Amino acid sequence: MRHIRAAAATALVLALTATAAACGGGTATNGEGSNKSPKKLTYWASNQGPSIEADKEILTKEIAKFEKQTGIDVELEVVPWADLLNRILAATSSGQGPDVLNIGNTWSASLQATGALLPWDDKTFDRIGGRDRFTESAVAATGAEGKDPAAVPLYSLSYALYYNKKIFKDAGIEKPPATWDELVAAGKKVTKGDTYGLALEGSNLSNHIHQAFVLAKQHGADFFTADGKPDFTSDGAVAGVKQWVDFMAKDKITSKSVAEYAQNQSLSDFSKGKAAMVLWQAAASTFKSQGMDESEYGVAPVPVQSGTPGQGEQINSMVAGINVSVFKNSDNLDGAIDFVKFLTSDEEQKILNSTYGSIPPVKAAQQDAAFDKPDTSVLRDALGTSAAPLPQVPEESQFETVVGTAIKDLFADAAAGRPVTTESVKAALAKAEQQMTKS
Amino acid sequence: MTSLDLKAPAAGEALSSPAGGPPRRRRLRIPDRLRRGGLPYLLLLPALALELLIHLVPMVVGIVMAFKELTQFYIRDWGSAPWAGFDNFRVAVDFDAPIGAELLHSFWVTCTFTVLAVGFSWLFGVTAAILMQEGFRGRGVLRAVFLTPYALPVYAAVITWAFMFQRDNGLVNSALGGDSFWLIGENSFWALTIVAVWKTWPFAFLMLMAGLQNIPRELYEAAAIDGAGIWQQIRRITLPSLAPVNQVLVLVLFLWTFNDFNTPYLLFGKGAPEAADLVSIHIYDSSFITWNFGSGSAMSALLLLFLLLVTAVYLLLTSRGRKGADA
Repeated sequence: MRHIRAAAATALVLALTATAAACGGGTATNGEGSNKSPKKLTYWASNQGPSIEADKEILTKEIAKFEKQTGIDVELEVVPWADLLNRILAATSSGQGPDVLNIGNTWSASLQATGALLPWDDKTFDRIGGRDRFTESAVAATGAEGKDPAAVPLYSLSYALYYNKKIFKDAGIEKPPATWDELVAAGKKVTKGDTYGLALEGSNLSNHIHQAFVLAKQHGADFFTADGKPDFTSDGAVAGVKQWVDFMAKDKITSKSVAEYAQNQSLSDFSKGKAAMVLWQAAASTFKSQGMDESEYGVAPVPVQSGTPGQGEQINSMVAGINVSVFKNSDNLDGAIDFVKFLTSDEEQKILNSTYGSIPPVKAAQQDAAFDKPDTSVLRDALGTSAAPLPQVPEESQFETVVGTAIKDLFADAAAGRPVTTESVKAALAKAEQQMTKS
Repeated sequence: MTSLDLKAPAAGEALSSPAGGPPRRRRLRIPDRLRRGGLPYLLLLPALALELLIHLVPMVVGIVMAFKELTQFYIRDWGSAPWAGFDNFRVAVDFDAPIGAELLHSFWVTCTFTVLAVGFSWLFGVTAAILMQEGFRGRGVLRAVFLTPYALPVYAAVITWAFMFQRDNGLVNSALGGDSFWLIGENSFWALTIVAVWKTWPFAFLMLMAGLQNIPRELYEAAAIDGAGIWQQIRRITLPSLAPVNQVLVLVLFLWTFNDFNTPYLLFGKGAPEAADLVSIHIYDSSFITWNFGSGSAMSALLLLFLLLVTAVYLLLTSRGRKGADA
């Protein structure tokens, strides 16, 4: 009996190490790309439309054109946002990924650092018509500065200020605010009873980052130094974050309830007339689905501290958007690049972006009449003149989480009536900075 | 847990396997000795193989990862990630530095949460089980109602709680008539504990109800004749008789609650409020947000060690106590 037990134990250990060794290594995944299967492609698309099903329908129709042109069979999967990054990470570590995929443009530098994505050097860019076809701000959000981009811009978005025309008119406000002081004044004017000046998402980490980034920039600060080190506690960064939280804490132009919003409740507050203003990217389709007519709201550029929007301290939006990338170990590299060429062609750019309410990052497509609508023209102008990409550093997603959580906690403080001071903001940001691990 | 699962059935099978018996027709030439000793292992083989594949291999891989500098720069080819020695562990237990300090904070939050959640779950479970021991009209219905939380899918249940805890439109605030936040700030800890107790106590109830069935009624009758009141009966008969059930129940509840990921994640999403920063979420953040899987694995390995230690000490203490009581 003892022998058998010993033998069984040995077998177990052996089997364990064997399996572990087989799973380990991961050497198969660093194989470089090839053109072994030129007739097949897999495409992971992000969810841009009202639902996964709707996206499938929209994209299948377009992809059919590509299949007809090239004879390549494209297998489409629309991946929900909640899963996309983890799916990409899994694909990266296993090597079992798609050939072409969409990524949030803020992830570009992080994913670039993994080395899993095909770098777009000038030669590769030439195969899809050259880098110059794309707007500068969109290309700036495709990877770390000084490196070959890890992706190509596909859909672009920026922030705009949406305001309720009727509430403004009733309060005697004639034109939308162009500076933050004007926004606060307008907000105070309309805040009474159940109606508030501004709605925001107090528990949405990414949204906090987008706003804090712009406000910090307007105070002359960046969250990362030029050589990529976190620098969250500069006077400008603290002032920017404080200004954002102060809309609730000091100016009191938001409802306290927004502190726990994270599922776009601010948009329904706006469309129900419970809030007069909201800062958002391409919200038209949401308002429409919530029963708010296009004529009931106006769209204006996001305010600045003073003067007019522009570059540097005058930016008023991050460059939001979706990029398209090619997995480096694709078995159909040529086909994958052809597919990117197809997706970024002038024709497809017009169709896809107008369907999704986004702005084409391709200059030629941008000038199409489809993007002259009141809201899209504001978004387009911002992208062209006054938007900047979020820091393109490998630690971007960590930055979003730690600083986003810090701001969320500050809003919780404000909602509970605790004071939010320069010191408390600085302390929260200092703690966030300490959480950033070296990588 | 794993090693217990493995060993217990193995020993049981070995005992109950047909021992000896007269030699029958030998169709297969397997020596008796091997057949007798080998059969239980053969029967166990599928379970063992799956256990290995699903539990042990990932655990071992995770522990190996803890010794690697497995950041985003290496996940594509993680065999090539440099060995980090004990660096990941050193960072995790350096309680003067921010990362260690946060982990320690999260650890204490989890301990407090676990003690409260397990304590109340057990208390509710034992109270309800004792109250429902006597037959009365509607007992079946009540039992079914009490077990509902256990039968509901976790996701649906916790998301419903998240709705009920909303400040403006939530049921909790309109029932209490207050306007406090439950999903952010300090109250989030209590929201989390309430949901955990709600979710866990039916299991305690079920186990204890089963345990109560085994206590002979004569004991209570004899005690009543001797003049013992209801409290004395509970203290002297019910609780001691439930000790074996409690021993396993409390341990299982402790392990489940301590490791619970679904409840906090569904209530708060990523970026849990500081007051409710459970260690499972903390480890998730430390690996999937920072993409530093080495560091996250090191924290997991430490958690595993802690839970093993607690389990061992607990089993040692409780079995010794019981043996003492039996003697």
